[in-house]
Amino acid sequence: MTNHWVDIKNADLVIIMGGNAAEAHVCGFKWVVEAKEKRGAKLVVVDPRFNRSAAVSDYYAPIRSGTDIAFLGGVINFLVTNDKIHHDYVKNYTDSTFLVHEGFSFEDGIFSGYNAEKRSYDKSTWNYQLGADGYVLTDPTMESPNCVFQQMKKHYSRYTPDVVSNITGTPKDRFLHICEMIAATAAANKTMTILYALGWTQHSVGSQNIRTMAMIQLLLGNMGMAGGGINALRGHSNVQGITDMCLLTTNLPGYMTLPNEKEQDFTAYLAKRSPKPLRPNQMSYWQNYPKFHVSLMKAWYGKAATKENNFCFDWLPKFDKGYDVLHMFERMHNGQMNGFIAQGFNPLAAVPNTKKVADALAQLKFLVVIDPLATDTSEFWRPAGEFNEVDPAKVQTTVFRLPAACFAEEEGSYTNSGRVLQWHWKSADPIGESKSDGDIVASLFVKLRELYAKDGGAFPEPILNLNWAYKHADEPSPEELAKEFNGKALVDLVDPKDPTKVLVKAGEQVPSFAFLRDDGSTSCGNWLYSGSWTQAGNMMARRDTSDPSGLGQTLNWGFAWPVNRRILYNRASADLAGKPWDKSRTVIAWDGQKWGGNDVPDFKGNEPPENGMGPFIMNPEGVARLFALGRMAEGPFSEHYEPFESPLEVNPMHPNNPLARTNPAARVFKGDMEQFGTAKDFPYVATTYRLAEHYHFWTKNVPLNAIVQPEQFVEIGEELAKEKGIVAGDKVVVRSNRGKIKAVAVVTKRIRGLDVAGKKVHTIGIPLHWGFVGVAKPGYLTNKLTPYVGDANVQTPEFKAFLVNIEKA
Amino acid sequence: MNMNRRQFFKVCSAGLGGSSIALMGFSPTAALAEVRTFKLARATETRNTCPYCSVACGVILYSMGDKAKNAKSRIIHIEGDPDNPVNRGSLCPKGAGLLDMVHSPKRLMHPEVREAGSTEWKRLSWDDALTRIAKLMKEDRDANFIAKNTAGDTVNRWMTMGLLASSASNNEGGYLTHKVFRNLGILSLDTQARI
Repeated sequence: MTNHWVDIKNADLVIIMGGNAAEAHVCGFKWVVEAKEKRGAKLVVVDPRFNRSAAVSDYYAPIRSGTDIAFLGGVINFLVTNDKIHHDYVKNYTDSTFLVHEGFSFEDGIFSGYNAEKRSYDKSTWNYQLGADGYVLTDPTMESPNCVFQQMKKHYSRYTPDVVSNITGTPKDRFLHICEMIAATAAANKTMTILYALGWTQHSVGSQNIRTMAMIQLLLGNMGMAGGGINALRGHSNVQGITDMCLLTTNLPGYMTLPNEKEQDFTAYLAKRSPKPLRPNQMSYWQNYPKFHVSLMKAWYGKAATKENNFCFDWLPKFDKGYDVLHMFERMHNGQMNGFIAQGFNPLAAVPNTKKVADALAQLKFLVVIDPLATDTSEFWRPAGEFNEVDPAKVQTTVFRLPAACFAEEEGSYTNSGRVLQWHWKSADPIGESKSDGDIVASLFVKLRELYAKDGGAFPEPILNLNWAYKHADEPSPEELAKEFNGKALVDLVDPKDPTKVLVKAGEQVPSFAFLRDDGSTSCGNWLYSGSWTQAGNMMARRDTSDPSGLGQTLNWGFAWPVNRRILYNRASADLAGKPWDKSRTVIAWDGQKWGGNDVPDFKGNEPPENGMGPFIMNPEGVARLFALGRMAEGPFSEHYEPFESPLEVNPMHPNNPLARTNPAARVFKGDMEQFGTAKDFPYVATTYRLAEHYHFWTKNVPLNAIVQPEQFVEIGEELAKEKGIVAGDKVVVRSNRGKIKAVAVVTKRIRGLDVAGKKVHTIGIPLHWGFVGVAKPGYLTNKLTPYVGDANVQTPEFKAFLVNIEKA
Repeated sequence: MNMNRRQFFKVCSAGLGGSSIALMGFSPTAALAEVRTFKLARATETRNTCPYCSVACGVILYSMGDKAKNAKSRIIHIEGDPDNPVNRGSLCPKGAGLLDMVHSPKRLMHPEVREAGSTEWKRLSWDDALTRIAKLMKEDRDANFIAKNTAGDTVNRWMTMGLLASSASNNEGGYLTHKVFRNLGILSLDTQARI
């Protein structure tokens, strides 16, 4: 979330699309209710199902799953055509005036630079025009056909209300009514917030779904505002924290990146990640990258990391490509992996195409599962009747299962969806012989280190020299680790302007990442979390609920990254002169001397507004991008592409170009393309979803939840049920081209057939909480049905739109 | 009147006892019976966070045992933390059942192994389990570690081993997991955030 849970109450309009907060984020949803009650805010829900959020909305519209870009592209067209944009904001805080490279083009669904064989783009034309001084050329009148605004206007002009309705199945009047509600928030003192979740991410165009809404929020001037922003309602209670720690294939903590194998030169590696400003007097904050990177290397390697050895740059693994979850199981399936650890992760249940995942696990030499609960993955070799058909004698994988402590039995911090780190305390000892995840990792590492110290082996340096100055080597305390990722001074840090003044004494915790250095004099495990455990103590454990602004900022409750900032991009909540767009919801303002107010300014604290520094300080442009440059895989603007399994034979936007039917830049592995089904055999759209009473695949192990939602079901509309002769309570079989599940049919008015491109399209809803391990009634893993393809940018699987057939069992 | 939560429970339970006794016709000083003290009144309260969704509601864990060295705590009740600015004491149907998750019959109690081709779990000590895993890992790493790619560039990677990290770990455990497994040279390192 760019904003946070309580801030939802400051919105005038709440859109829930690609999520179902009332059911999946129940206690966060109360702030939507608060906005409705106290501010008179309106709630709009757009979803294939009339879900529990829709049930309490002011306005609802159905949509065919997988067509959100068409809907949102239509909103952009409506806003631009009807001149419902926040002009000062768009002109000054976005790249709307920037000139686009003259070679950039878009023809029949494909952008310039496409290579069909490689399914990827040469992005050299996805760029701005640069002047001789290195700065971007602009047209402040925004009239040049090459400026970003005109390019955007042209691109989305094709998404007329009729086109939108034809693709999405959303009735035209409903679509236009929502456009008008959204357009009302273009006023400087009105804000809209968007709440989305996996309903947007789990598509082959997931990243572009979100990006299109980000463009809308920029056109309306809602980024940086209280009650605005782009708000991802994330999954697990610490999925945000683990993302920030960047346990992601090619990242380092704090969204830094590993070098790729061509980057052999340390100086060039740092320079590439420290971009110079693209406009005069811009901050381009990533220029500080070397400070964050070198401090991480000092945290990891201690004295072994020196200026002379480039702070152990060569010790980091260098990648040729990304090895995300889908790629990992593809390689495992091909017999290219021998060992695998699943830590608090149940891939047999969570990864698409269960059969492929099970076959992959069976090729391993050893599998280690670390979890508080028995998982389906740990028992993939165990026959469980129709729910898991397997011959254990044929599975030669050795499986270890290590018991982990649960939340109640350990202390530490979780980062919530609103980026707030909150400390929690231990209530009881770990059950049985279980240990915390950290202790298990540490004990395993200590064993490995002993083996390498005794016997030597392949490249032992990073193992033997890993900084391990913990009081108990097997059990580093959460306090020691939190202090390590906050960072400390390794020598006295003196003020560069006055060397007699010591800013931080050697050995002391740094107050924030502003104190980190690139010369090896500081260490810090995650710059983004710097400030969370300072010399003053554990900031994450703060419990002061006071809220003097009444906006719900609670600046002394826990610690928000970065530097305790609650609303990102908050400089944009004020006009060019530094006055808030809406005084009643002041986030920050310029007082003539400095920036201040009800949040930590996302800006240089004493920078006068008249100097023209832009509010988006992480971008070298200083402004936000309506044009994504080469940052996205499939284009600098979004385009509607059909899901890989679509009820339509062509993309209605490009009926004559088969290359543009589905996402042209999405990665599809050999063999998986052949496993996609067609509408001839599988005529219905399926979409997976979650229930208020269950949490992923955990609570099928929990008696209370198993009592309230004991048995697997699928949801179908009345019309389809009638067509297929299915009545509520019947057992039905749902099949895709990859597998089948059997479940009880629930027939509702909540899902209706939609008129799409001249045909009726029905949707089947599939809750995903069951499996063959647990105390709930055994069920099928729903991923037996799902296709093995992900979003082109981040490889999140397409669970929300695929094809199935249904019949009475 | 200033009262903390625990004092409030004490007053409530005492008041309830007193009034029932009075109803039965006994004078409070000559009480022969007393209702049981509210169990939470003598429980230890611990502030924690619901481990389910990313609302990360504040919860209070009530345990028997006073955290003295030899007194084993047992969690007997979990409820929403009214101080938490986000959930303000409320919990959803998932969070309301947290106690059953802590004490689930499907909790793992000790390390175990299922040998290749076998149909059953066998109990292991921590030391045996970790020693076996460490040896398997070292053997594989030493055999398959790639120091240089075919172009002769330094890459220092281990491609035959993978790890999917927990999104339910705390930040401290997550940080340590990254620190350890990245430094073994693993690129097949990913997490639930991907899904």
